[in-house]
Amino acid sequence: MKIKFLRVGVASCGIAAGADKVFEKLCEKAGDIPVIGVGCLGHCYAEPLVEAVTEDGSSILFRDVKGTDEAIDNILSLGEKDRFEIPEKRKKHELVKVLALAGKVNPTDISDYIANGGYEGLKKALTLSPEEVVNQVKISGLRGRGGGGFPTGTKWSFLAAKQAEEKILICNADEGDPGAFMDRSLMESVPHQLLEGMLIAAYATGATKLFIYCRAEYPMAIKHLRIAIEQIYAAKLNIVNGRSLEIIIKEGAGAFVCGEETALIASLEGKRGTPRFRPPFPTDSGYKTFPTMINNVETFGNVPVILREGGEEFAKTGTESSKGTKLFALAGDLKNPGLVEVPMGKTLNEIVFEIGGADKDNVKAVQIGGPSGGCIPVELFDTPVDYDSLKALGAIIGSGGLIVIGKDRCMVETARYFLDFTHRESCGKCTFCRVGTMRMFETLERIVAGKGKESDLEMLEDLGKKIKAGALCGLGQTAPNPVLATLRYFRNEYEDHVIRHRCTAHQCNELVKLEIDSSKCIKCKLCIKTCPVDAIDGNFNIDAEKCTRCNSCFDVCPKNAIFRTDLEENK
Amino acid sequence: MDEKFSFLTKIAAEPSNLIKGLQAIQAAEGYVSNDAINAAAEYFGIPPVEVEGVLSFYAQFKRVKPGKYQIAVCDGTACHIKGAPLVHEWLKQELGLAPGETDADGLFSVETVACLGCCSLAPVISINGRVYAKLDRKNLKKILKEYAEK
Repeated sequence: MKIKFLRVGVASCGIAAGADKVFEKLCEKAGDIPVIGVGCLGHCYAEPLVEAVTEDGSSILFRDVKGTDEAIDNILSLGEKDRFEIPEKRKKHELVKVLALAGKVNPTDISDYIANGGYEGLKKALTLSPEEVVNQVKISGLRGRGGGGFPTGTKWSFLAAKQAEEKILICNADEGDPGAFMDRSLMESVPHQLLEGMLIAAYATGATKLFIYCRAEYPMAIKHLRIAIEQIYAAKLNIVNGRSLEIIIKEGAGAFVCGEETALIASLEGKRGTPRFRPPFPTDSGYKTFPTMINNVETFGNVPVILREGGEEFAKTGTESSKGTKLFALAGDLKNPGLVEVPMGKTLNEIVFEIGGADKDNVKAVQIGGPSGGCIPVELFDTPVDYDSLKALGAIIGSGGLIVIGKDRCMVETARYFLDFTHRESCGKCTFCRVGTMRMFETLERIVAGKGKESDLEMLEDLGKKIKAGALCGLGQTAPNPVLATLRYFRNEYEDHVIRHRCTAHQCNELVKLEIDSSKCIKCKLCIKTCPVDAIDGNFNIDAEKCTRCNSCFDVCPKNAIFRTDLEENK
Repeated sequence: MDEKFSFLTKIAAEPSNLIKGLQAIQAAEGYVSNDAINAAAEYFGIPPVEVEGVLSFYAQFKRVKPGKYQIAVCDGTACHIKGAPLVHEWLKQELGLAPGETDADGLFSVETVACLGCCSLAPVISINGRVYAKLDRKNLKKILKEYAEK
C-alpha cells in the first residue's frame, strides 16, 4: 500500500510534545509524499500524532512519534510500531460535528477548508433572508457556549432589530480559565470555521464591523486567524449584504475579567477592563455606544454546522433544553486527557470514565466550569451534562473545562487554588468581590495550614452568598462557587482540617510529614541524594523540621517506600 | 513625541488603540518606561495618568526594565509542589531579588510565570528562554555564576 499523504498534528499542544521536530524530519525523508501540518485531533495523551492516508483512502495513525530516523522510517514503511487506534469507548460516545475538520484540514489553506464543505453554510445563508437565518439558529436551540447559556438566536434577533449606522459583532476568544483549551484548539485547527460563523452572523444581524478579541497568550491562534482573514479578503467572502466587512483581531493583555462582555468592550475601547452595570445591554449600547453583540468562539463554530444541516436537524442532538454537541477539555487525574466533543446530555460517568479512561477507584470529583464552576462528587456522575442539570447541582457547564480530581487531592486545597486565581483577577470595582474574595482566600490559606476555626466554615458560606449577591459581573457572582460547592459536598474534609487539624488526602504540606517505610526500603540512597535540603540522614530518617514536603524523594524512590502521613500530634 | 517611539505612527491614533500601542512599546523596549507613557499619552490624546491606569490593570505589561538575563521562575501546579517557593527563596538570597525586580547593574531580573510546560522536569526556571530543569540550590548557584561571568 502506498501513502498518499501524511498529516502531522502541529497545534500548540502537539508542538509542546515535539511535533515540530517530527514534522521537519518527515518533510526531509518523505520525498514526494506531501506532509501536511494540521490542527488538533483531540488525543493529547498520544501526541505527537501522525496520520498516514493511503491511496485506497484508509487512515493509519501513529502515536507518541519521536523525531528519530527509526520512528520516521517506521511510519513511511507503515510499520507496526507506534500504531494508534482511537479507543472504541471514545468512538461510541463521541459525536464530532464542530471539530469535524480539526486535524483533517490544513488550517492555513482556505481551499482545503472549502474542499471539505467549508463556506457551504455561508453560501446557504446567503440564499435565505437574514430573518430566516436568525430563525434557523432559533430553531436549532443553540445556546451560548461561553458559559452563560443564553439562547443564541434570541440574542441575534436583538441586534438584527436595531437600526444604526454601525452594528458591531464581537467574538469572545479570551479563554482564560485554567484548564480550558477548547477555543484555542478550534482557532488553531479550523480558523475558517469561526470566521464562517461570524460572517453568517453578520449577514443575519446586519453587523458592519467584526472584532475577534483573542488573548495574547495564543500566538498560533492569532497567526492562523490573520492568515485566514487575508484569504477571506482575497476570495471576497467578506462581502455580505453588498458591504465589504472589516474583520479586526484585538489582542487581550492578560485579564481574566475581560471574558465578561461589558469588560471586554471596555478593553476593546482601549480602557481598563472593568465591567459596568447593565442595562443598557450591549445590544442597545456597546462598543463606542453602537449596538454590539458578543458570542463565544465555540458558539460561532456551531453556526456553519446549523446552516449546513438545518436548524431542525441540529436540534435532534442533545437534550430537551440543551441542543447540539459540546466540547470539553479533559484534564487532571485521568489516563486520556484531551479535547472531546459529545452530544449534550452525556453523563459524567461516560465522559470521565469511558472516554477519559479515569480509574474508577481513584476519582473523587470533577471540577467543571473552571474557577467559576463547582465540583461534582463521583456519586452524582450519572447526571447528564447539560445547562440545567448542572445548575441544579451548584455547578455550571461553563466554557467546558473539566478537571478530574483524584482521591489523593484535597478539596480544601483545590478550592484555595481557585480562589487564589479569582481574588487576583478581581478588577476591584465591587467591594464584595474585591475584599470578599481576598478574605475567603486568606481564610482558606489559614485552613490548609491547620490554623482554621470551626466558625470559619460558616463565615465562608455567609461571605460566599454575599459576594454572589453583591458583585456586578459574572466573575464576582461565580467566584465563591468552588468554595460553596466543596463545602456542600466535602464538608467532612473541611471539618478534618479545622477540628482535627489533619488533611485526609495528605496533600496540605503543613499538616503532613514524609516517612520512609523501612520494610520496603532497599537503602539505595537515591532519596538522600535527591533531597534538595539535606533533610534525610544516613539512617533514613526524614527530619520534619528541615523537610519542605517537596516530594522529590517520594518521586525517585524505586520501591515506593516513602509515604505522606499525618503529623504526630494530629494522628 | 520622542523619536524613539516613532513606530507608534504605524497604529491609528485613536484612543481605542491604546492597548495595541502599549503592546508595541513593550515588544520594542521590553517594558513600558515613564517616557513611553508620555509618548503614548501624547500620541493617543489621553492623559498620562489614564495611560498608567490602563497599564497597571493588565498583567501583561511591565513597568520595570528587565535585566540582561531574565529569570522566569515557573510556578505552575507541578513546580509549585516541587518547590518553586524555595527557588524564589534561593534567588532572594543569591541575588537579593524578589519577583518583578531587576538588580542595580541591570544584569538579572526575576519574574514568576504560570507554566513553562515542562511539568515532568519540575522545578524549572528559564533564563532568556532557555529552560533549566530539576533545580536544586547547588546547580542554581552554578548557573547564576556562569551567567554573571559571561
